[in-house]
Amino acid sequence: MTLTPLYVLLGGYFALISWRAATDRLRPKAAQRSAFFAILAVLFLIGDLLPAAIAGALVLALAVIAGWGLPQQVAAPASGNLSPGNQRLLLPVLAIPALTIVLTLSLPHLSVADVAFSKQAAALYGLAVACVVALALALAVTRHEPGLALARGGDLLESIGWAVLLPLLLAVLGTLFAKAGVGDALAQAIGTLMPLDVRWVAILAYGLGMALLTMAMGNAFAAFPVIAGGIGMPFLVSVHGADPAPLAAIGMLSGYCGTLMTPMAANFNLVPVALLDLNDRNAVIRAQIPTAIPLLAGNLILLGVLCFR
Amino acid sequence: MTAATWWALIPVAVVVLGFALRQHPARVVLFAALSAGLVGGLGVIGLLETLGSGFLNARYLLLIVLALPVIAQVEAHGLRVLAKRVVGGWRGARPGRLLLAYLALRQGSAALGLTSLGGHAQMVRPLVAPMAEAAAEQEAQGLDAGERERVRALSAATDNVGLFFGEDLFLAFGAVLLMQAFFAERGIELAPLEIALWGIPTAILAFAIHGARLLWRDRQRSRQ
Repeated sequence: MTLTPLYVLLGGYFALISWRAATDRLRPKAAQRSAFFAILAVLFLIGDLLPAAIAGALVLALAVIAGWGLPQQVAAPASGNLSPGNQRLLLPVLAIPALTIVLTLSLPHLSVADVAFSKQAAALYGLAVACVVALALALAVTRHEPGLALARGGDLLESIGWAVLLPLLLAVLGTLFAKAGVGDALAQAIGTLMPLDVRWVAILAYGLGMALLTMAMGNAFAAFPVIAGGIGMPFLVSVHGADPAPLAAIGMLSGYCGTLMTPMAANFNLVPVALLDLNDRNAVIRAQIPTAIPLLAGNLILLGVLCFR
Repeated sequence: MTAATWWALIPVAVVVLGFALRQHPARVVLFAALSAGLVGGLGVIGLLETLGSGFLNARYLLLIVLALPVIAQVEAHGLRVLAKRVVGGWRGARPGRLLLAYLALRQGSAALGLTSLGGHAQMVRPLVAPMAEAAAEQEAQGLDAGERERVRALSAATDNVGLFFGEDLFLAFGAVLLMQAFFAERGIELAPLEIALWGIPTAILAFAIHGARLLWRDRQRSRQ
């Protein structure tokens, strides 16, 4: 099952938000806001039909608007009612995770009209269907027509602003880094600068290398093949005789310690800053560093102990 | 180490410098992308094609936007106030204790593969952060703007820690399969179970460290 129907649904929503931004001239930078969501809409609605280079030019335009054109910070819409709502309001909120889980687990086993879902597609369709059903529930509970909810969602999205795009831009940057050989260069630099034939040096280089490269690329999955291929296999496994299973698991989790400390992992560390209306852009990272550093140290010790039993 | 290898590190330097100098993230990404295209020798068209196809393949990251109308609608009808009132009725509720319970729930469910049982847009903004804030309001010195910000950030951090150090214990998780494939290519056969089991010591350590920080926060606050 392709993801195109989901992208069309989301692209339609972006088009709606773009149209709203263009017609609502009360707020600043209407043209830029409208253009931003219009380009997003094009990339989601017909992105697959465009030549890759054209899509790339649109992505560049998005990044330029995000970097220079959009307001730095838009106040999040007021949370409205100050009197506590009805307890039934919890229903739509809890329906999102509950339905997502049910559909994620069941879709791969169903075959409706010979349509097969991969695990990833099932999770994404699960999320999308859950959100649509939850919206219907929310409208039933609050007794409103859909237009208002969509408009409110648009306001919330605009308050997140350019941060909404960052996870995507950074994923693209990761691909570019891989093409430019950035990871291999970093692994080589570590290998040249450190005497990896000493066991504890190799352990340090592997664990810290995972964390550092993850911080640079924003993603432990991208860092793993580079560091495990450049330091883990040739030195720790072949020279020092490390057990590969704990080496792999704890190495990846050392990378996750890096994820906790980098703005490159935007969907985890920067999007919540916008969602929670925080003033300090690094507030979430700052809250995570005191967990990440001792945990990374613990991982280095675990690597030394568990790989060489 | 050839000059070309050092050359390839320039994009990383751009990222590190850009974020260190607190530049706008979109601008940092833009310049890092241009420099990576340059040192990678992709050419203008090659760079654009990589940007375009990379973006199109990563579009699924934005699907969470579909949850925003739901969250915005229930918030406009007082969901966050409701969450606060519920916690207000729990005497002895403290942000650290509450977030510790959330950490256990998040990490436990992620270890079972139920990673969608949380998230910043769906759970932290509408429920977890308001509940933690309400708990902080019950503390003796109340909740000033700085502490409100810290409690919210800690709520988001707790969601991340629980997710990261839970999901790796799940056998069918992408990272576990990635590691298995990596070693299989190099002639070492590992079972997913083996890899997932070796994640347990770090998972316990993560829970202990972050959990201790959460409880320590409550204690420090009550002593002030």
